[in-house]
Amino acid sequence: MAETGPDGAMRMMDEFRAAGAVEALRAAIAAAVPRPVKLMEVCGTHTMAIARAGLRGLLPQEITLLSGPGCPVCVTAQGEIDAFLALGERPNVVLTCFGDMMRVPGSAGSLEQMRARGTEARVVYSPMDALVLAIEQPSKEVVFFGVGFETTVPTVAATLKEASRRGVRNFSVLAAHKTIPGALAALASAPDLAVDGFLLPGHVSVILGEAPYRFLAEEHGVACAIAGFEATDILDGIRALVEQIRDARPTVANRYHRAVRSEGNPTARALVDSVFAPVDATWRGIGLIPGTGLAIREEYAPWDARARFADLDWERFANVPEPRGCRCGEILKGALTPRDCPLFGRACTPARPVGPCMVSSEGTCAAYYRYQL
Amino acid sequence: MCLAIPMQVKAVEGSEAVVTQGGTELRVRTDLLDAVEVSDYVLVHAGFALQVVDPEEARATLAMLREMAGDAPQEGEARG
Repeated sequence: MAETGPDGAMRMMDEFRAAGAVEALRAAIAAAVPRPVKLMEVCGTHTMAIARAGLRGLLPQEITLLSGPGCPVCVTAQGEIDAFLALGERPNVVLTCFGDMMRVPGSAGSLEQMRARGTEARVVYSPMDALVLAIEQPSKEVVFFGVGFETTVPTVAATLKEASRRGVRNFSVLAAHKTIPGALAALASAPDLAVDGFLLPGHVSVILGEAPYRFLAEEHGVACAIAGFEATDILDGIRALVEQIRDARPTVANRYHRAVRSEGNPTARALVDSVFAPVDATWRGIGLIPGTGLAIREEYAPWDARARFADLDWERFANVPEPRGCRCGEILKGALTPRDCPLFGRACTPARPVGPCMVSSEGTCAAYYRYQL
Repeated sequence: MCLAIPMQVKAVEGSEAVVTQGGTELRVRTDLLDAVEVSDYVLVHAGFALQVVDPEEARATLAMLREMAGDAPQEGEARG
């Protein structure tokens, strides 16, 4: 950056928005697409960016874009939500979570509704903010709801390390994190879904790098492209996918080089591995996927809400049914679109959401509703 | 939820950095980075810097986009 200085750098980042290559990329995609193809944008942040920029309308009709399971709030199991809310009914507990989680319906009301009845709950921007809250209020028990993928997990791991280092005794994490490659393996193997290509999540890939996806191309024959989040980044990723499909040469194309190193961020991964160990996880609507969850290691048990509140009947939350009629599960797998759900826009709206795909601002149903797709 | 915003480092203080973008100033943790310097761009997510943006790669992508859009690089601009 030295030769441009800070102002030059600022201009450079803004230029990705104004790069003016949208039409050229659209034409390149149209020229390359060899047949009708189904592409899945795995990441909820991509889902929102695609809807906001109106990219569906730009693409040739041979391309069907499906939304995948990459909305952390959407794939959090009902039982995990209910367990977190149950902790809020205990004396002295302060629940903390990212903003999207506040409105997700539990089996007996949302956190927002519980707050109106006296439960202490705070939205935090960073897990570190929850730790600071615990330090400032030593008489309270602060519980953070650990939801999110590989992008977010390192921030929670670093916070747990910090809690341990500082000997904070009134802070714990209810870990409900999930990891992406195993979920994509499950989708690629599903008999009812024929996805030709995955638009891979850019910021998950900042941490993972390219290698963890290679099996998707090599063993499942699915085209893969890591993409950034500007309209041009997304179109460039789609172009890479259709070219792989045209040439029948599936691989993992990294089209987000400015942020994604081929090896990812090994420092962040090492931190995660020192705090968390892989476990099986239940994905809402999809079911159990082996090895796609993360449990807090024994060494950090004092900060693990499951160990700290061991007297809670955790078994009760193992298999909680999802709301009746809600088709989030099929929508998360790309088997249905929100318009196929009988509740969409009628019983289920952003103001009165039934399922998490409508609650989360990056949920597929919320995107379809807001942008009238 | 995997939103991460490129912000520019103004100051590095121990395991924290002060970053700015569009008039917003934040203090973020740098635990996940091996090294970070003033004027670097970092991707910020949930109060942490996830990665340093690679300026050469950013320039290369912009050059590709400009070429596709039929624009020649303007006079005086840095090239990758």
